[in-house]
Amino acid sequence: MSDTQSNNSLLYVSTKELPELPAPVNTSGPIAWMRDNLFASPRDTFLTIVFGILVVAALYKLIPWMFTDAVFFADSIRHCREIDTGACFAVVTSRFDQLIFGFYPPELHWRPIVTFLLMFLAFAPLLHDNLPRKLLWFTGVFPLLAYFLLWGGSIWGPLLILVMIALAVVVFSIVSKALNSTLGLLAAIAFGVIWLLFVHDGISSALASAIPVGLEPVESAKFGGFLITFVIGVTGIVGSLPLGIVLALGRKSDNMPVVKMLCVGFIEFIRGVPLITLLFVASTLLNYFLPPGTTFDLILRVIIMVTLFAAAYMAEVIRGGLAALPRGQYEAADALGLNYWQGTRLIVLPQALKISIPGIVNTFIGLFKDTVLVSIVGILDPIGIMQPIRSTSEWNGIIWELPIFIGFVFFIFCYIMSRYSMYFERKLDTGHRS
Amino acid sequence: MTVASDFSDDVEPFRLSMLIYDKRYRSYTLQIITIALFMLAVGWLVSNVVQNFRDLGKEFSFAFLWEPASYDINQRLIEYTSRSPHWKAAVVGILNTLVIAFLGCIAATILGVAIGVMRLSKNWLVSRLMTVYIEGFRNVPVLLWILLASTAFSAMLPAPRQAPLLLGGAFVPTNRGFYVPAPIWESGSGVLGIIFVASIIGAWLFGRWAKARQAATGEILPVLWIRLAIIILPVVIFYFLLGRPVGLSMPELKGFNFQGGGFVRNSFMALWIALSLYTAAFIAENVRSGIQAISKGQTEAAYSLGLPPKRTMNLVILPQALRIIIPPLISQYLNLTKNSSLAIAVGYMDITGTLGGITLNQTGREMESLLLVMGFYLIVSLLISGVMNVYNNSVAIKER
Repeated sequence: MSDTQSNNSLLYVSTKELPELPAPVNTSGPIAWMRDNLFASPRDTFLTIVFGILVVAALYKLIPWMFTDAVFFADSIRHCREIDTGACFAVVTSRFDQLIFGFYPPELHWRPIVTFLLMFLAFAPLLHDNLPRKLLWFTGVFPLLAYFLLWGGSIWGPLLILVMIALAVVVFSIVSKALNSTLGLLAAIAFGVIWLLFVHDGISSALASAIPVGLEPVESAKFGGFLITFVIGVTGIVGSLPLGIVLALGRKSDNMPVVKMLCVGFIEFIRGVPLITLLFVASTLLNYFLPPGTTFDLILRVIIMVTLFAAAYMAEVIRGGLAALPRGQYEAADALGLNYWQGTRLIVLPQALKISIPGIVNTFIGLFKDTVLVSIVGILDPIGIMQPIRSTSEWNGIIWELPIFIGFVFFIFCYIMSRYSMYFERKLDTGHRS
Repeated sequence: MTVASDFSDDVEPFRLSMLIYDKRYRSYTLQIITIALFMLAVGWLVSNVVQNFRDLGKEFSFAFLWEPASYDINQRLIEYTSRSPHWKAAVVGILNTLVIAFLGCIAATILGVAIGVMRLSKNWLVSRLMTVYIEGFRNVPVLLWILLASTAFSAMLPAPRQAPLLLGGAFVPTNRGFYVPAPIWESGSGVLGIIFVASIIGAWLFGRWAKARQAATGEILPVLWIRLAIIILPVVIFYFLLGRPVGLSMPELKGFNFQGGGFVRNSFMALWIALSLYTAAFIAENVRSGIQAISKGQTEAAYSLGLPPKRTMNLVILPQALRIIIPPLISQYLNLTKNSSLAIAVGYMDITGTLGGITLNQTGREMESLLLVMGFYLIVSLLISGVMNVYNNSVAIKER
């Protein structure tokens, strides 16, 4: 409005504030929402009606079957059918122990449960950064504690591993002060290998016979159900991340062609073959590669294979993150006088890992889902235990209930992981990602 | 030369400790250590294998491939009997793998693109349903879907005598498998095939001509319809002129079973459907993120240039979105191909089932069989990722 206009043609000036009018009916409220989101155009209306009818029809069948008519407690499928017409989830409740623990001795079930709960405590400081940092010590000790709790046996084995790690740290710090850090790392690793090969068994068995402290041992063959899913999945997740980082750094080290070639070869080989063939290698072939007479149990072999498999995928994800980092960041690290490991640890990896969080979590989810393939090599994970239950005389004829239960559990854990990664991504987003 | 010799006095003489401390030489040291460790490990493994083979009285040879396989394969694309050699069983398995991978990729792409686009729909109900589909399938192991489909087919579908005749008897689902019509090639069908190929070439040539014409004159022809006419019309006309050389054999109920037509086993159907549905959920996410990655400004710019919505989609949005969608799409194809090895869980005889399964167990040649199986998958993977790299390089934004 220009000045001349406002001087000459003022016809009405309001002296008091007018009350706000309510919004027009057709722009707010449920009706308007439905018009905007369900019936915006003839095509939308048609789609809404068709899909609506489908959904209602499906729910009309599904809800009574799954909830109101379902049977949750019965002895057998015939008993189920006598009680009601719906789903027979009694198979899940009556075989619950097997689905969760496999053939783990029932009186020792507290051990996997305690391990499972402690796992959350161990992961907590990694997932929330406002918890006391001292909890990280527990996270470090947790793998050994979990091993001791799940497999039992003498306490001296895991304790001596702790001693070994402490001594290896001492060796590392001495050598890296005297010479340099790479050699320190090599020396520490060499110390660990020597300890495991020559010293460990002797001392631990001596201590075990002198002071027998420990839990009742449980052999791997008794593991099953979701217990095995978690043992393989969590070990794979924990192991594949560092291994994947090393492989990705190796693949990116252009000034060391030999290291790069080895990493590329490993990654491409693993990614090129299906996991199931690698599991066949673990179950039938691995014995050929070990000295005659060595046997170690199938679950351990499978865990190693699954970890290697996930590490190759992880390496590619992290390589993507490393490649997305601007070159200036590497140069800045060099310019500050940081050496390779300092630059990688302080500048490169924190940013690269942040960029690759979605991919890393996707790999975790994939790994967790892939653990069910171990059922094909005869390990009784939930799917491996599903077929035997179906073929017992009590439950012969059950079709949907077991897969629904197993799928539901997988869904919950995978969904939580993917939601958590979204939250984490938002939390770490500093806004200048490029 | 003189200049170089002047400076050579300043160059630090090489000392042994530089192998560790000097950045220029340290990489050599580390690489030599790596090679040494790697060779040691390989040597150790190989010597173990040799020792173990000697202890078991085995030898490493592929001669078993020429021995008779003496097992039957119920789904095969080529001639095969139980007296055929093992290599032929492997070939049958390879073909079966390729068939399931090919059909699975097609079905998963169609489904995945449709679901990904519907996921972005403004219709609340549709986009919510698609989200449920995507999350549901992505978060449950594919093996569970395969087993579920297979048990559902064999337990829920009726026996042949009670089976419903769908599509006028052309498609019959039974608990043994699915009966579908099969084509019968009579004399003259070869001519029809040649005509079909010729009209496809014709349609392609027409497309080029139309493009050149548009560039020269600015006129736009209804290319799609003319192309369809060029492909379909000659084939239909000659089909009747040649006296209908291609017939269909319909499945017919005779006694307890269906005769005639084609027969697709439940194991194949279960694997195909489960793999397609599972992979479609991933493809849908790729499609969604690809479309969302194109900024709104692109659409608006195209509109302001006067392009109608359809041309905006075809000329502006899709070429950019495809560049983002195709690489992950191809890696989903790779995943599907590798996941097809789960066929072994439902008894579909793919390469893992024949060479890596029965042949391995019968002959006890774990090493050789698994090497061949892994080699096959490796070759397929490397081929596909090679194609992907070529494509990526051809569409990558040329930065200046």
